[in-house]
Amino acid sequence: MFGQFDFGVITRNLPYLIKVGMAFTIELTILVIVLGIVFGTLLAMMRLSSIKVLSAFATAYINLMRSVPLVLVIFWFYFLVPYIGAWIIRSPTPVRVGAFLSSVITYSMFEAAYYAEIMRAGIQSIPRGQVWAGYALGLNYWQTTARIVLPQAFRNMVPILLTQTIVMFQDTSLVYVLSITDFLGAASKIAERDGRYVEMYIFAAVVYFVICVVISFLVRRLQRRIAIIR
Amino acid sequence: MNYHWNWKIFWDLTPEGSGTYLHTLLVGLLWTLATALAAWVIALVLGVIVGVIRTTPRKWAGRFCNGYVELFRNIPLLVQMFLWFFVIPELLSKHLGDAIKHMPPPWASYVPAVLCLGFFTSARVAEQVRAGIQALPRGQRMAGTALGLTLPQTYRHVILPMTFRIILPPLTSEFLNIIKNSSVALTIGVVELTAAARAMQEFSFQVFEAFTGATILYILTNILVIYGMRWVERRVAIPGFIGPAVQAGGH
Repeated sequence: MFGQFDFGVITRNLPYLIKVGMAFTIELTILVIVLGIVFGTLLAMMRLSSIKVLSAFATAYINLMRSVPLVLVIFWFYFLVPYIGAWIIRSPTPVRVGAFLSSVITYSMFEAAYYAEIMRAGIQSIPRGQVWAGYALGLNYWQTTARIVLPQAFRNMVPILLTQTIVMFQDTSLVYVLSITDFLGAASKIAERDGRYVEMYIFAAVVYFVICVVISFLVRRLQRRIAIIR
Repeated sequence: MNYHWNWKIFWDLTPEGSGTYLHTLLVGLLWTLATALAAWVIALVLGVIVGVIRTTPRKWAGRFCNGYVELFRNIPLLVQMFLWFFVIPELLSKHLGDAIKHMPPPWASYVPAVLCLGFFTSARVAEQVRAGIQALPRGQRMAGTALGLTLPQTYRHVILPMTFRIILPPLTSEFLNIIKNSSVALTIGVVELTAAARAMQEFSFQVFEAFTGATILYILTNILVIYGMRWVERRVAIPGFIGPAVQAGGH
């Protein structure tokens, strides 16, 4: 069945696929994990805040992001970021933003809404008594949150945060719609150049599959270890 | 910022002569719904079958179905879309492959998109069905056996009627996901809502109006689905049983 195919096209282009493509995918994923969790936690704190304006804003933002497709959000930010940049540095013309920076901003802002909902569940899983105990000891809001609530919330939510991260890693492939060369973009550029669609897309599928299966296996092991400690 | 806003653009005619820009977006919405609904049928049928098999005592069948779920969950949706569109027709016999590739315009991309979304979502539905069945008290299964029901009868009359009610809320979010995920079909040429917004933006140069229009249509669809499903939930509810939210990542 595979007689007519030339899988040598993969080995010949491996350096390009890994050094250009996979490097972009992994850098983007790591930056978005960090920024997404930071913004997500802030959004979750805002949503649970007793200050009405903050919680209304956070709720609206999270619901908006969660009800539109990622592809549309990618297009939104791709066109919006140059205008926001211009507004920040008071430039009369839209600012040119690189593909990488644009993707980092897009995915961080989108992913933050999903991480926020996970962190909200995490924060709500901590009994309120712990917060009152913190206040009773004379800690202020920021001290209670940073030292008592968030460490426990993170620990409770680690498995779900990681599962969401695997989904996000897979979804970075959607930068394809902006013709950016991530791992899938590199594979599809070679596929188009050499007319080797079957070989390249099967290879891309296998690579994503192996990475995701290995990470979810590690997540499950971690989940079991956390379960024993508790 | 010197962006020139023009909200009246929705009532302008497109250069293609197919009507107003608003009409373009609404046709896009129809294709989004047509893709999502057709794929949802596949997802429900396959998802329920696979999910049920994973809870039966047949070990080897359960393992096969676990593999099925892992396969569709661990490959990015976009890659799966390309596999259905570029790769599968090449792997079939030449006659069949050519027949697929030469389908008339919307169908050559619509059919692979529906199959792709259907199989992708079926793995997620299977996961919800399995979790729902396992969330039932095991006394229910035992009671079925004690009453002399066979395994298929136990599933048909005891387990599944309860499971479907329990998993309605997570199924609602999977349905919302399938609507959003149908936007990925634009990469293989389905002109659904997001692609329609892109087309409007390219013809009219009114980027933000086009995307705002699409965003509002997505939000309205979401709200309609959520209210519709809440109504269904109330209609079929059995007091004392509320859906467990299976925590799984997703977009």
